[in-house]
Amino acid sequence: MLHKYRWYEYVLIYCGVAVFLTFVLAPFVEAFVVSLRPLSGLFSIPYRFITDDMSFEAYFSMWKNVPLLWRYMLNSFFIATVVTILGLLCIIPAAYAFARFEFPARNSLLGVFIAVNMFSGAVLIIPLFKLMQQYGLLNTYFAMIAPGTAFVIPTGIWLLRSYLVRIPKELEEAAWVDGAGKIYTLVRVIIPVALPGIVVVTITAFITAYAQQFIYALTFNSVNELNPLPVGLFQFFGRQSVVWNELMAASLVGILPVLFVYVFLQRYIVAGLTAGAVKE
Amino acid sequence: MAHTAKQKDYFPYLLLVPATLVMLSIVAYPLIETFRLSFTNTGMSQNYEYVGLANYEKIMSRRFPEVIARTFYWMGLSVALKMLIGTFGAVLLNAMVPGRALFRILVMPPWVIPIAIGVFIWGWMYNGQFGMLSGMAQRIGILDAPFEFLAYKNSAFMATIVTDVWIGVPMVTLYLLAAMQSISRDLYEAAWVDGASRFYRFRRITLPLIIPSIATMALLSAIATFNSFDIIWILTEGGPRGATTTMIIDTYKTAISRFKYGEGAARTVMIVLFLGSFTFVYFVLLSRLAKRSPNNAA
Repeated sequence: MLHKYRWYEYVLIYCGVAVFLTFVLAPFVEAFVVSLRPLSGLFSIPYRFITDDMSFEAYFSMWKNVPLLWRYMLNSFFIATVVTILGLLCIIPAAYAFARFEFPARNSLLGVFIAVNMFSGAVLIIPLFKLMQQYGLLNTYFAMIAPGTAFVIPTGIWLLRSYLVRIPKELEEAAWVDGAGKIYTLVRVIIPVALPGIVVVTITAFITAYAQQFIYALTFNSVNELNPLPVGLFQFFGRQSVVWNELMAASLVGILPVLFVYVFLQRYIVAGLTAGAVKE
Repeated sequence: MAHTAKQKDYFPYLLLVPATLVMLSIVAYPLIETFRLSFTNTGMSQNYEYVGLANYEKIMSRRFPEVIARTFYWMGLSVALKMLIGTFGAVLLNAMVPGRALFRILVMPPWVIPIAIGVFIWGWMYNGQFGMLSGMAQRIGILDAPFEFLAYKNSAFMATIVTDVWIGVPMVTLYLLAAMQSISRDLYEAAWVDGASRFYRFRRITLPLIIPSIATMALLSAIATFNSFDIIWILTEGGPRGATTTMIIDTYKTAISRFKYGEGAARTVMIVLFLGSFTFVYFVLLSRLAKRSPNNAA
């Protein structure tokens, strides 16, 4: 039939997949193997992938040698969570406006929001730095949360709008006929119905916020207790004597929350991330 | 409906207030401020003067054109590799073989994790004395001595690209996979009935129909790559001897490391001009595609 492969086609496909996935996953495997080896064993020549002195030692010693590791992880989590919540507060009403109402300049306004996606925090870093300095906001959580929020909004609006467009209009009209106010309708009728779409937006926003904390924290924050994980670990990424096994162990533990979220919700995430780049 | 018509005057604007406020304060105001600062000699102190186009003259006469060229070279190479590997991956994941659901899940991790942490891992792999890549290459016999990938101009340039490709490939793959899956099966069946080979079907059906998606994704990748900061900053900080200094890195160094906000702002304006033109092309592309094929635009 159409999708019946011959044996050599199977071999070719699986070999191709193996090569492709090796490229994608080898760094993770290598990081895990490194985290299991004692530091002295790492610096042995010639290079060996597996050795017999492997243990989970680094996963215990890292908490002692990186005393603030807990703080970094909690900070990362905290920043991403607040960004997500603030983002949703902006995204939900805006997406609703773009999905449901006719108003002058609607499409160009939507275009402007989408265009913001084309810029990154790195572009705005100078004036933001000056602005934060001026208002004494450097070295606060706020300095790391505000720019993050701005950059989850455009994708969020885009995603949620395309979901809301598909909800039948009759639903709101029925609520209005019953005398419900506009805001009441949004909160009590639209949001419950749109919950699956909101879940996608929430996950997408959280993962984005968790992934992109580096430059803001690096630039706007110099108080170690407030650092998120990437910048916290970056200090141990010095050129000369990096404690590689602990760095890899801490990195793997740090990505565990998102990997966990990903494995369980990957269906939604893939839908969200790919749709973020797509039109209707 | 009269009810809707009456109230629609102000309500949608009200809904847009929170998002607009955030955008104005975090994006619009800083952009305008950047433009203003680019005509000043702002530095560490509170006082500054307007210096006209001096900052722009400075960057044009120095090595900045070289930085622009390097940025485009870096971006072009990275995007080309992402599209190639991403298309390759999407074709494979689109094959109806046992295990494909698992393969699709396994593609995503580089994109899901914090960029900086993925880069730490690559930092280790590039380590010359003890890292995986040098070690493996020595085992196989490609290298006969340890090679410090990040210490030499060309290899550091390529190393940062490979890491950028690694982070970008999952997204490209899944996006193109989604595009391939939206192609109607009838087309393939008709071609199959006519005796068209698998490769012929790919070349004559799949490829033409996903070209718009490839173009869209290439442009989005280009924009993301142009903005890339974490990868280069963590691996090389723009070195060795400027070999990986892209426009973003150069701007950051000027403004944040050397406190020359005015000169940095002039560089940022250049970046905004480039990004603005990419964005323009993106919107033109989207509207063209929407006009041409409203129902199968990826």
